[in-house]
Amino acid sequence: MKVSYFPGCTLRTKAKDLDFYARKCAEILGVELCEIKDWQCCGASFVSAKDEVASKLSSVRALVAARDEEQPLVTVCSACHNVIKQTNDAMQTDEEFANKVNLYMAQDKDPSEPYHGETQVYHYLEMLRDTVGFDKIREAVKNPLTGKKIAAYYGCMLLRPGKVMNFDDPENPTIIENFIRALGAEPVVYPARNECCGSYVVLEDADSAKKKSNSVSDSAANHGAEMIVTACPLCKYNLEKSGSSIPVVYFTELLAVALGVKED
Amino acid sequence: MLNKTERQKEQILRMSGVNPLKCMRCGKCSGTCPSYDEMEYHPHQFVYMVETGDIEALRNSDSIYKCLSCFACVDRCPRGVEPAKLVEALRLSVIREKDANHLTANQIPALIDDEIPQQALMSAMRKYSK
Repeated sequence: MKVSYFPGCTLRTKAKDLDFYARKCAEILGVELCEIKDWQCCGASFVSAKDEVASKLSSVRALVAARDEEQPLVTVCSACHNVIKQTNDAMQTDEEFANKVNLYMAQDKDPSEPYHGETQVYHYLEMLRDTVGFDKIREAVKNPLTGKKIAAYYGCMLLRPGKVMNFDDPENPTIIENFIRALGAEPVVYPARNECCGSYVVLEDADSAKKKSNSVSDSAANHGAEMIVTACPLCKYNLEKSGSSIPVVYFTELLAVALGVKED
Repeated sequence: MLNKTERQKEQILRMSGVNPLKCMRCGKCSGTCPSYDEMEYHPHQFVYMVETGDIEALRNSDSIYKCLSCFACVDRCPRGVEPAKLVEALRLSVIREKDANHLTANQIPALIDDEIPQQALMSAMRKYSK
């Protein structure tokens, strides 16, 4: 099957492994990731103010491109996913906002039809669960990660706001644990798995971010995890920067190891 | 004719879409806020201070820069008040004024290392600068 793919700024620069192995594994699993032409950075953080319009246009352009291809839009980075999905929700539910956006978009060269949130937006993990199926992944595994104790770190962006993201139960998610099981490893459930790493506040108050990241990595390590898996480049950076005692890897790297396209 | 405080309150409510009167003051938002320790005013205080028109104190407090936009208070509020949206509206009401950006591009080089992801810079600029 074909899907529109939005890699995002960080996957082209500091998080190349997140992108590279997402593409590699999709190939093996029979999904064609069609990168959106001339995509623009999503802005990395959704601004909830209703009167903030111009900064959300890049996300809408990606959504429109997918709509015009009649494909769902797939993202890998947690932040891109959060921004694009919240923007899509605003386009569906806030008519005044959608009208303003469509007036802007009408000024584009070769404008598309007005947009009202028609595109389906999936995170790559949702695509693995709902389109490919964890059973099929289990069958495709060449190097099962048997005996590895892995902590899923959801953070905030994949889960919240729950009623918009609709990704999983925001307080008791299971998708990444089931993904870990499909690869043959043992998921470690720990209390801080859906708490914040400190995010962009690392630039404003580095100590604040360090405290939050430490509480996440300590919680995982204290529950017996030997590795943390994430979908977010900023979570990975904050956890590593604050001295996590266990390695932090992208979920696509883990998948690639299990599928035999990356060395452990 | 509205006075300055009433105008500010109306602007914050309109931008955020929040109705502070829904709050029953249970304090769950502040209880779950990961930045509680760093904040002078906590999420539940944002809600009732906006309601009572105590806007200037919030605008002048560093608390508006400590919110992580993690949406924990939004998801865990039993009344759907969404305090983080008030924090965002207050922060924007400050930084949208002339020369009021909280973070400028020329401050960035001193704050970063080689590994920092672009995502951090993008979101910080979006939250702290117009």
